Order: sequence, then C-alpha cells, then structure tokens
Amino acid sequence: MALDESRVPGITDGERIRLLEAMVRIRVTDTRLLNMQRQGRIGFYGTATGEEASVIGSFAGVRDTDWVLPALRQGGGLIYRGFPLELYIAQCIGNGMDILKGRQMPVHAASRKHHVVSWSSVIGTQLTHATGVAMAAKIKGDDTVVLGFLGDGATSAAEFHVGLNFAAVYEAPVVFLCQNNQWAISVPFSRQSGSASVAEKAEAYGMPGERVDGNDVFAVMGAVREAAGRARDGGGPTLIECLTYRQMGHSSSDDPTRYRDPEEVEEWKRRDPIDRMLTHLVARGLWSPEQTAPLEARINAEVGAAIRIAEAAEPLTADDVFTDIYADVPWNLKEQAEAVRGRKAGDRDWEGAFPL
Amino acid sequence: MATSTILGAVNDALKTALAKDDRVVILGEDVGKTGGVFRATDGLQAEFSERRVFDTPLAEGGIIGTAIGMALYGLRPIPEIQFLDFIYPAFDQVVSEAAKFRYRSGGEYTCPMVIRAPCGGGIKGGHYHSQSSEAYFAHTPGLKIVMPTTPADTKGLLLSAIEDEDPVLFLEPKRIYHKKFKEEVPDGWYTVPLGKAAVRNEGTDVSVISWGAMVHVALEAAKKAREKDISVEVLDLRSISPLDVAAVLETVRNTGRVVIAYEAPRTGGFGAEIAAIIAERAIEVLEAPIARVAGFDTPFPYTLEHVYLPDAGRILNAIDHVVNF
Ligand SMILES: Cc1ncc(C[n+]2csc(CCOP(=O)(O)OP(=O)(O)O)c2C)c(N)n1
Ligand SMILES: [Mg+2]
Repeated sequence: MALDESRVPGITDGERIRLLEAMVRIRVTDTRLLNMQRQGRIGFYGTATGEEASVIGSFAGVRDTDWVLPALRQGGGLIYRGFPLELYIAQCIGNGMDILKGRQMPVHAASRKHHVVSWSSVIGTQLTHATGVAMAAKIKGDDTVVLGFLGDGATSAAEFHVGLNFAAVYEAPVVFLCQNNQWAISVPFSRQSGSASVAEKAEAYGMPGERVDGNDVFAVMGAVREAAGRARDGGGPTLIECLTYRQMGHSSSDDPTRYRDPEEVEEWKRRDPIDRMLTHLVARGLWSPEQTAPLEARINAEVGAAIRIAEAAEPLTADDVFTDIYADVPWNLKEQAEAVRGRKAGDRDWEGAFPL
Repeated sequence: MATSTILGAVNDALKTALAKDDRVVILGEDVGKTGGVFRATDGLQAEFSERRVFDTPLAEGGIIGTAIGMALYGLRPIPEIQFLDFIYPAFDQVVSEAAKFRYRSGGEYTCPMVIRAPCGGGIKGGHYHSQSSEAYFAHTPGLKIVMPTTPADTKGLLLSAIEDEDPVLFLEPKRIYHKKFKEEVPDGWYTVPLGKAAVRNEGTDVSVISWGAMVHVALEAAKKAREKDISVEVLDLRSISPLDVAAVLETVRNTGRVVIAYEAPRTGGFGAEIAAIIAERAIEVLEAPIARVAGFDTPFPYTLEHVYLPDAGRILNAIDHVVNF
C-alpha cells in the first residue's frame, strides 16, 4: 500500500530519511531491549513493533516544544526528540543513571527537558492531564499544543470520556492520539467498544475525529500537523485514531498465541510500517535495498554502545527510596531512612518474570 | 486431594463455584480466553461459556459497577481487578455503592459479590503493580476483606466469600501464588470461615501478628528466633474485616509481647488498628511496647523493592527489641 504523501506537502527528502531512521531506531532498540529482558538484564519490556509510524508520525507532526502525555508505547518519540538512548536504557534498568531514579517499571521514560510527562501505568489517567495542560496553555496565552496518547483499550476508561469532554467544553488545544493496535492485552477492539471506530466517538464530544492509516507515517504526521495547527489557532481539540497493529505480545510477560490467530499477525506484518516506508523511498529513488542492512547495523551499534554505557552505571542506594516523596522530608521518613542507611542496593534476582 | 498452589486453589474454587451455583459469573479484563494475566481463570471460559466468564472493556468502575447491578438482580458476580493497584478507578463503586446498599436501603437491597484482586509486592512490578491497600478498604463499613496465605485456605475462604451475603474484597498476595507454597487442597466444596484467624506457629515469648505474604516472612523470622531460644507465636489474621479480635487478644495474653508485621506503608496501616485494640483491651498483659514492622511511608519502589519489603531480619530485630525490653 502506497503512503499518502498528499498529507505532508513540501516534505523534503532529508525529512523522509529522518523519519525512516527514527522508526528503525525504535525497532532496533525494542528488539535489543526485549532480548535483554529475556536474558534477565531488565525486568520487563513492551515493544512498539508495528506501531513505529504512529509514534514517529505523531511526534513529527508537532513542535518539539509541544507537550506530550504518553502512554506505554511512545518511548521512541522521546528518543526522536533527542533524549539520549543510554538514559532511555538506564530507565529500563532502573539504576543510578536513570533520571527517574528507579521509581518506575521499564518503558516509562519521561523528561521535563523534552516536554514528555511521566505516565503512571494506570490506563487512561493521562488524558485529563493532557486536557488540563492544554487548558493551562490557553489560560497563560501560550501557543503550546498538547499531544495526549492512548491505546484502544484506554477508550473504555472513564478518564477518556472526561478528558475529551472537558477538552471540547474549553476548546483546549489538545490532540488525542489513539494508537488503535486492535488489542488490549487479550481483548480485541470488538470487545472493547460498540463503536465501529475510535474516531467516530469524537462526534459525540463535539470535536473533529479522524481515522488514519497508522502504518503510514505521512498520513499520521499530516493528520497530527493539521489538528495541531487548528488547536494552535484556537480551533480546539481533535481525536485522531491511528489504525495499526501490535505485532508482538502485549509485553515480555504475554503469550499472544493463547488468544489470537497467527494468520492475523502475519497479515499485519505484511503491512509493516517500516517496510512500507522503505518501499516508498526506493520508489522515489531515495533509497536502495542494499542500504537497509548497513543502516540497521549502524543503529544497532549505537544502541549497543548505549547499552554498555547504561549497564556500567552505578546502582541506586537505599537512600533513594526516601527522596522525592515531598519537597520537605517529614520526621517519619527521616527516621525510616536512617534505619536502612548504608544498605546496598545489591544484585537483583529475577525469579519469576513479571506477569504484565 | 491434589497438591496445589495458591493460584491453583483460586482456579479450583472458581471452578467449583461455577459448577455448583448457577448464579456465579466471572468478569474482568483478560479473564476469558487467555484466563487472566496470572492465569487464575484459566480454562473457565472454555468450560462454562462466555455467558458466565467474560472479558470486559478496560474500565474498573464499569467492572465493579456492573457487577453491583448483577448482584442486585440476583447473580453472584466475581469481578476480577487485574492488580489491586487498578482498583482506584472503581473506589467509589466499592466504598460508596457496593458496601452501602444494605445500609442505605434498610436491607431492601444487598450486594453479595466477591471482588478478587492480586495484591502486594515482590514481583518487581513497581508502585503500580505492588501495593497493599487493605487499610483504605478496612475503613469502609459494609465491606469484608480477606487475605489468604495458604492454598487450602485460599479455596475454603474464597468459597466462603462466594457464599457470603455481603461484598467481600478477596486480596490474593501474588508473590506467594507460585511453586514454593504448594500443599494438599481438598476436592469439592468446603469452606473456611471468614473472620477467623489461624495460629501458624505456636509460641510463648512473643506474638507476631501478620497477614498476607508477610505471614511467611514472619514464619521465617520465627524459625530464626528459635535458634536464639525465643519462642514465637505467629498469628495469621486471614480476614482483615471482620477481624478475629478474640484470637488477637488470646495470643497477646499468651505471650505479653507483640510485633505486628505488614507490607503496606506503616502510617495508618491496619497494624495501627491492631495496636489500638491491644492497647484498649489487653494493655495490662503487655510487658513491652508494641512494635510494628511495615513498609516505609513511601510509594512502592521499582528497583529498590527489596529495601522496601520487610524481611525476616527486620522482624527479628523487632522480636529482639520487644523480648529484651
Ligand atoms: C486502570 C488499569 N487497568 C488495567 C491495567 C492493566 N493493563 C495494562 S496495559 C492494558 C491494556 C492496554 O491496552 P491499550 O490501551 O489498547 O494499550 P496497548 O497496550 O495496546 O498499547 C491493561 C489492561 C492498567 N495498567 N490500568
Ligand atoms: Mg491496544
């Protein structure tokens, strides 16, 4: 299936290559980190494999200064904004290099510098936050736009309804970006919603909604750019549904063969977003198939170097349990911290993989 | 009789209840085809059909709210909350609705249902897959709370909860779901009463009162104390609500020294309630201050979970403290 470049008029050849590279970077990083999980070097991992165009297209459709409220699968967008790979990996390890200080499970990277907010793990809660950030930008008179990510499963959460409702009422400059990868762990979208699409829900809230081909990076980027432009011009929120597919298990703890047809997976692999981009670039004479392996090898080396740096970092100390609870430290935390001071974080043992 | 894990005993109890009682239905995220993310409902949809075991949309408020409706209409729903940490979107439905129907309707309407949720840490799940939030719920009149610690108890307590005429929050300590904690579990239907604690280790010098996975840590501490000639009685509450106050007072009267061990943050934890009851009703037998060993007053860490989780060493320190007071 050809990519729809009419959505991104004027895109340069250099930009096209940059999008490809960014998508390959996610694919390679995910592959390496999933392997690290299998080897017990990190505790958990969830890939964005098959969804790279939805992630990169979205981030490419807004400014790097726009705020992002991510869900589980947008780490590649943070890297696209320049977040160092070794910090992304250190977050997955949860050691002394992790800027989140080992407080979160892997795949929860966040960075204030990159305007990517910290996600809890609780599905959907970020959507009212996205609306609130956008309301604040509007109150302050800034031209910031907010990108609020969610999966198809999250469309069932109460906060989805409330977040969209508030956004429409206040004409908040927010773009809700649903990566409909068609599965919420083992639950297919048909069991998630009575609607035929996520996009059509927008109408009921009073905002534009659009379903795009989520494996077409140009379609995603174009739709997000239009919606963000409208939001910046005072036109209020938009709901964009990227129809895509979760090629791998939900996470390193999931066995998708228990609940879905391998034929369905194969069919979506044939619509792989990176393969489609490569086909596009070859057709335009911007790429030759022989260039792909060297690109992957170069990125693989980059990721390998980042892994070495991240794994060499110091472990956390017991003291890190007690910081950042409040701005000031109350008496009880002081006492408790004193009781374990000096205890070494020690080696982690991974008996029993994390089941989600 | 076959040997089973706690997880297997949950599955066995659910299967037994589905077979015996037509009113029983199971609902929740991923409970159907894949049998739950921990496999607690494995095979149940295949055996009992989608009408009785079904996946829900991703909305905990919806899971509990609709289960309440089903209970009002005469079914016995057993909703699963995938991790206790995700029950908060349904907090209102649990505390203001399920737990209040009997009271607010003068007994016209009741809400018999069992909310199952894996709880506690020890699986490297970080803050959002590790919490022990029983204390929030213990503060809720109208709700019962159960936490099993052995396979045979798990089945018997779960079947009691299903028979019970009131809503029960059934908290499954997920770190003891597996292998190490296997034992024989009777076949068929049997019950273990709610509101009855169990002495897991008899002793005379000090009582360790505990619940959930921490009971096993307390037993480990008791073994270590034995080597130092300290005889530790370990009381497993099994039910947080209703609390077996008689068993609590009895063990305190036996030993005169108390350590309370739990995984949740120390401040405002259920241990505070136990300590208050002992102070109110048995202070005259105490030979040392009551000691609490608990989680820290912090969120549950990811990397440093082993620092956070109370271990046998911490309980042993507390035992030494109260014995040598
Ligand atoms: C409130 C809440 N309930 C349940 C979970 C457990 N859980 C984690 S991811 C997930 C499915 C999410 O599906 P979707 O929104 O489609 O995102 P995807 O994983 O497909 O990207 C579930 C049920 C959770 N994290 N939060
Ligand atoms: Mg999904």
